[in-house]
Amino acid sequence: MKDKIFKGTLFLSATFILLLASGIIYALVSQSMGAFQHFGFFEFISSSDWNPREGQEKYGALSFIVGTLSTSILALLFCLPFSFPVALFTGEYFKGTKLASFVGAVVGLLAGIPSIVYGLWGFYTLRPLIVSLQLSEQGFGILTASLVLAIMIIPYASSLSSEFISMVPNDLKEAAYSLGATRMEVVGAVSIPVAGSGILASYILALGRALGETMAVTMLIGNTNSIPSGLSDTGNTMASIIANQFGEAHGLKLESLFAIGLLLFLITALINFVANLVKKTF
Amino acid sequence: MRILKNRLFYYFVCGMSALTMLPLFFILFELLKKGYKQFNIALFTEIAPTSMDAILAKMTGEVIPGGVLNGITGGFLILILAMLIAIPLGIFAGVYLAEKSESLFASVVRYLTDLIQGTPSIVVGIIAYAWVVKPLHGYSALAGSAALAIMMLPLVIRSTEETLKLLPGTLKEAGLALGASYSSVVFKILLPSAFGGMFTGILLAISRVMGETAPLMLTTLGATAINWDISQPTSAIPLLIWEFYSDPNLVDMIWSSSLLLLLLILTLNIIAKQIANKWKIQ
Repeated sequence: MKDKIFKGTLFLSATFILLLASGIIYALVSQSMGAFQHFGFFEFISSSDWNPREGQEKYGALSFIVGTLSTSILALLFCLPFSFPVALFTGEYFKGTKLASFVGAVVGLLAGIPSIVYGLWGFYTLRPLIVSLQLSEQGFGILTASLVLAIMIIPYASSLSSEFISMVPNDLKEAAYSLGATRMEVVGAVSIPVAGSGILASYILALGRALGETMAVTMLIGNTNSIPSGLSDTGNTMASIIANQFGEAHGLKLESLFAIGLLLFLITALINFVANLVKKTF
Repeated sequence: MRILKNRLFYYFVCGMSALTMLPLFFILFELLKKGYKQFNIALFTEIAPTSMDAILAKMTGEVIPGGVLNGITGGFLILILAMLIAIPLGIFAGVYLAEKSESLFASVVRYLTDLIQGTPSIVVGIIAYAWVVKPLHGYSALAGSAALAIMMLPLVIRSTEETLKLLPGTLKEAGLALGASYSSVVFKILLPSAFGGMFTGILLAISRVMGETAPLMLTTLGATAINWDISQPTSAIPLLIWEFYSDPNLVDMIWSSSLLLLLLILTLNIIAKQIANKWKIQ
């Protein structure tokens, strides 16, 4: 009897996750329905207007979708030359040593730094640097935001890909060594191809992280509601427009922000889904 | 030539890995350098200053009085409440997933857990707004706890499940063979044996949500005084950092409060790592 109640509790807890996930989707869809009905779904995602003036209200998500995708993809490119060597360092060259776990731990702690602290650091340290290099006038913009984002996602990309690299079977590598390959050739011809799908999955997951980052990006991207024209231009991401305007929003604007939230949710869900598919092929 | 290339690649990997460790030290150094003056007893014992306090202090050339006590107490309240929701639920659901790992229902729940884990924190914030702030007609600590609980839940579930799966099946069978009921096998054998891994997971979950700013901006809003009422707006350290950052008179306070937040989070992270190493299941 007692066990039945206990098993029931376990089952209910698992069912709660099901309810929670459906509740999340329901909340996002029901709150954003108004915006989609008013503008039409395709018009909403393909328009770059953001006009809150009463009577001429018109909202579209395109500028923010472009902002989110460009900052995240740039961040991924910027993080690659750092996260990949770290993954090789901890997963191949110094695998299993104290040094590797120290380097792994220090890089891992980067994931613990709160987004707002990254934002402050970017604002007070990186931004003046960008200004002095004359990359942009105020130092705000896509470039600054992506550089900070890149540092933020390094630990996610490197720790997971390091795991996959360290799982490459030794006999494969030894076979290559016995043929006279150098260590670099072994890495290039054996480790990377064998761990390839795992490494790819970790970078897709890191991209998923970058898409949803809010505070640091909000503090550095410049917060303008138009499609950014270049690296040094300012913009807004889907997350930063919500953080910026949610507080005072109501009516159609609030519904539009919920709609952007729903789109962001869908994009990250899709990215994570793809990453898991790729991981399974490892 | 090949040997030289191999050498160069080795140096490249080591050099880039060393470079990747720098941002953590840069950020810590900058917070220490700019924040040590304000990092005093008052930071822990007094509530946040007003703009006026700061202007007066600046005129006489003193450090700004006041601290972040309202943020410490508020953050504590929000976190405890989130833990009360997320930890029991997460452990039960995790036990369920580990026990019924093959069933279709379990794999659906597992998939949804990943989905919730991948949801950006700002989206979690607007969901808590739709669920708690709107129906209760006001910002509250409870809404913030709901948001943080949603973010902690998947981490608790996955760490519970993964640790339990590492336990040998004979452990459970031995308990059942002695005539122990299912619930006492879980509570007295499985969970205590898995304690180390689960505790690490819970600590990491806490440290992950402790620095969250975006979801709290949309749910608990912030308060100038100490508040222990869960139905009222409440402050937290990240929210105070955001307020200091937005107020030119208080901006000097950001460094000490960020330093405090970062030290708390890094300590939690390091403790979690130590426990994970100590309690590793052989």
